[in-house]
Amino acid sequence: MVISRRAQGALLHAGTTHAHTRAYDVAASVLDPELPVVTIEDLGILRDVTEDDQGRVHVQITPTYSGCPAMETIRTELEQTLTAAGYQRVDVEFVLSPAWTTDWMSDEGRAKLTAYGVAPPAARADTDGGPIPLTLSVRCPQCGSPDTRESSRFGSTACKSLWVCQACREPFDHFKTL
Amino acid sequence: MITPRDSSPPPRGGPDPTTDLASQHRFEYVVALADDALISAQRMGWWISRGPQLEEDVALANIGLDQLGQARTLLAHAGEVEGAGRGEDDLAYLRDERDFRNVHLVERDQSDFGVAMARLLLFSAYHAELYAALRSSTDQTLAGVAGKAVKEVAYHLDHARQWVLRLGDGTEESHRRMQAALDTEWRYLDELFDDSWVAPELIDEGVAVDPASLREPALARVLPVLREATLTVPEVLPAVGGGRRGLHTEQLGYLLAEMQHLTRSHPGATW
Repeated sequence: MVISRRAQGALLHAGTTHAHTRAYDVAASVLDPELPVVTIEDLGILRDVTEDDQGRVHVQITPTYSGCPAMETIRTELEQTLTAAGYQRVDVEFVLSPAWTTDWMSDEGRAKLTAYGVAPPAARADTDGGPIPLTLSVRCPQCGSPDTRESSRFGSTACKSLWVCQACREPFDHFKTL
Repeated sequence: MITPRDSSPPPRGGPDPTTDLASQHRFEYVVALADDALISAQRMGWWISRGPQLEEDVALANIGLDQLGQARTLLAHAGEVEGAGRGEDDLAYLRDERDFRNVHLVERDQSDFGVAMARLLLFSAYHAELYAALRSSTDQTLAGVAGKAVKEVAYHLDHARQWVLRLGDGTEESHRRMQAALDTEWRYLDELFDDSWVAPELIDEGVAVDPASLREPALARVLPVLREATLTVPEVLPAVGGGRRGLHTEQLGYLLAEMQHLTRSHPGATW
């Protein structure tokens, strides 16, 4: 399994290390239910997978937003996928700290989002509760034009905002930088 | 039900009374923060299908969802601190009005859009400062919730700011209504910074943030917005308050009736 430099950096940054166990690879294959082209590993939601000698697997995942309704579905998917792969007992734990950031999204994840029609997040600016940094330009995932405008800061899910491309006139989702 | 346990002596042979009182204080603190977020989320949800435009429905629903997420983790934590086996759902759905500890700012009807935005401006300015400070709480769960929430609240504050600017510095009519909304909500600002209900030990131990210390930085976020929006800082007497002691306006009862009725009518129902 190849981990992008960005993902490696993110994992180091967050102080998380994991062995490339089979259980990890199985867990890493679970898709996000709301963006079913990216895996939970691509998004940086999967934090750690440990396996004991009894074949029990402990998975740590972190929510994107506090109220993300996809977390329960992801938990169920993880349990089912790991059980199907032969693991007898699976614990899924939600960890809040350190807080998830879009910086943990892998380069592959960003590329897959763009191909799916969702503009990926920009590099992170630490808001610290301060003003939301202006996004200079979000490139249209359909035609690639930088001539786009935000139509609503809040979109179809907590993690996305709504944009319109001025060049091709198509509306699109943008994964908000957090 | 939550009844102040310190009003009656602890049972003989029960838990250490000092520890018991400390966890009671921490429970009350965490529940108050949770209730602010929970009740605000419920008021935000009212706007779904009623916003002035579709994007606004989506925005207020998302803001409510963030607050609900914060409330859920906080309530679950409160249940653990209490140690009486109550979970987030028990605390949200099975407490009576007198056991809710939220401020009056968030509990009242907000079916006027100007009121909703004035309130969101004040509440999210307070929330931004609260969560920024709580990130260094010695309570690891509070610090964890705060670390996530501080980033979400930045979006809430910005949303409120954009509307207050647009309406305050808009037409004569929008200015008049935005000012009226601000005058109404401003009366409830003080209660956010009341520190009389937080056990001093919690602040000394670095668990809780002194609410009074948040006033100045929160106002520093609000006042420039009002100035830019050509609005006047209201000179109004503060409302009586009492939310932190479980004394509420009549409107909270109606909100809870709607929020709780399914769980109470069909205990244990799942779908």
